[in-house]
Amino acid sequence: MTTPTLVMFAVFVAMALVITYWASGRSVSSRGFYTAHREISGVQNGWAIAGDYMSATSFLGITGLIAFFGFDGFMYAIGWLVAYLTVLFLLAEPLRNTGRYTVADVIAFRLHGRGVRAIAALTTLIITLFYMVAQMVGAGSLINLLIQRISETYAIVGVGLLMLIYVLFGGMLATTWVQIIKAALLMLASITLSVLVLAHYNFSLFAFLNAAASAATGSGHTVNLLQPGLFFSGPHGALDLISLGLALVLGTAGLPHVLMRFFTVPTAKSARISVGWAMGLIGAFYLLTTIMGLGAGTIVGQQDIGKHLRDTQAIRYIIRHPETEPQLNDELAKNGYIVPNKNSNLAAPLLANAVGGPLLVAFIAAVAFATILAVVSGLTIAAASAFAHDIWYSLVRGGAGTEREHIFVARSAALMVGFASIFISVGLRTMNVAFLVGLAFSIAASTNAPALILSLTWKRFSRTGAICGMLAGLISSLALMALSPSVMGEHAIFPLRNPGIVSIPLGFIAAILGTLLVRDPESEAMFNQLQVRANTGLGAEV
Amino acid sequence: MQHHHLTASEWDELADDPDFIALLRARRRFIVPSTIFFLLFYLALPLGVAFAPAFMNQRVFGPLTFAYAFGFAQFLMAWLVLALYMHEARKFDDRAEQLVLRTQARLAR
Repeated sequence: MTTPTLVMFAVFVAMALVITYWASGRSVSSRGFYTAHREISGVQNGWAIAGDYMSATSFLGITGLIAFFGFDGFMYAIGWLVAYLTVLFLLAEPLRNTGRYTVADVIAFRLHGRGVRAIAALTTLIITLFYMVAQMVGAGSLINLLIQRISETYAIVGVGLLMLIYVLFGGMLATTWVQIIKAALLMLASITLSVLVLAHYNFSLFAFLNAAASAATGSGHTVNLLQPGLFFSGPHGALDLISLGLALVLGTAGLPHVLMRFFTVPTAKSARISVGWAMGLIGAFYLLTTIMGLGAGTIVGQQDIGKHLRDTQAIRYIIRHPETEPQLNDELAKNGYIVPNKNSNLAAPLLANAVGGPLLVAFIAAVAFATILAVVSGLTIAAASAFAHDIWYSLVRGGAGTEREHIFVARSAALMVGFASIFISVGLRTMNVAFLVGLAFSIAASTNAPALILSLTWKRFSRTGAICGMLAGLISSLALMALSPSVMGEHAIFPLRNPGIVSIPLGFIAAILGTLLVRDPESEAMFNQLQVRANTGLGAEV
Repeated sequence: MQHHHLTASEWDELADDPDFIALLRARRRFIVPSTIFFLLFYLALPLGVAFAPAFMNQRVFGPLTFAYAFGFAQFLMAWLVLALYMHEARKFDDRAEQLVLRTQARLAR
């Protein structure tokens, strides 16, 4: 089973290296490194956004969540799609018209001064780092599960180093094409799996839904996969669901690696077209995750989603866990394997095995690997630009310095961010870090999103307001997450898994209060210019 | 694009230009109601699950619950609103382009 997987891994890596070689001659300037010379077309950028956004968390994670929790897992997919309407209406075109390289550029466009840019850069770094660590730890456990010879540590280091090669030598251009190819592969994989699932039910939607409604949903649950309440249950379940919904729908509007993609297209119109394509692709993909997820829940069955232990492995496990021996012995005798630990991330690969066989599993594994590489590449460029462009170039050097210095710092920053995330991820490799993605979304929705939206729409919005809003959003998200069940377990002080319902309003309210308290005539005077630029494209960076 | 160097008063002038104000109004007339609509439509799903579980749990197509069907409807809603905006935005583009051309012509003089 591992040889075809390795071959497909190698093919993708080689393809990406060829792209990097081709792109390396074209990313020698900072503008080329960050924005691919703004020569990406709207359609290409739409595919790249989809490739940037449909992470391993989406593909393996959502499929698994739907397999285990049905509707409650589907909620994530819905929020992640609808979120793009916020981006479309409020951000895509103005961002392209007013920004240069980073989110902080747009926020600091009229809110001049070191404080605003420093905090915007800091939130960008924190959001991307959390997001990246979650992806890389996921990569480690995924690759280890699929190819047991490769340990988590080696997998993380391997992904990190490959990603660094693409980013350092190929810049945004190579990253863009890696994301486009990966998006196409992921769509192909999802369509194949979904068609095979439907074929399993002779293309009868009715039979498929009936199977889903009667699939086992774990002990103690009276709810089926098509009903709400499997994941968000208990006294705070409803509130948690609303909190998550808010964070998802506003979070995308603050994710630096997604917003940064709007700086790679030539015009506001192409920025809009890219959102259109991205929404088409992402929506189609999430509709397929519901087929794959329910398919895994019915065809594979929840009890079988996890690492399968056979023969000596199984016997060793049973000896180490004598308390469950009789039950596990029964299982082994009946099935020839045991599944002691459920792992929802394996829903998609196991479904591929059930409906397509080992070759399809190899393909799915290679696609998942490509997915992780493409997403961490985009994240690295976003983090590197926040450091090199915002902190070094704008704050430390005050806009001075040669082009050579700028590109050198950008590459060094990428190297630093890459190594930092490799080290952190290796350190956290055995932890369940899925909550970090939720945290990244909450911070983005409580910091960058309010600052961007208010800066673009509210004339009076001031520097004090931006600083208060971003700090309040950042600190409350981090603090509430530290006190939540994801970190503190059962006896958490804050009962919700997602801080969004508190931190997002706090971010907005602090921004508004700060603005009302201290007037900022200088920033107000710049509002006219910002509005004309945002809505007409006059004076936009080329 | 050579119009990098408009002065502050020239930007203010543009912001007060009746055509620009009309463009802003037209954009707002579309974006504000659409944003309110899609946010309400979206939040109705988690709110409905939270406060009207019996209603959300009723079956509408075989075993398919209203909640799940409403979930699918969110996709249709998102694509529909997207299509409407893409259609509407062409008019905004035309207005913006007129304004840009006019400004460029004035600067060239």
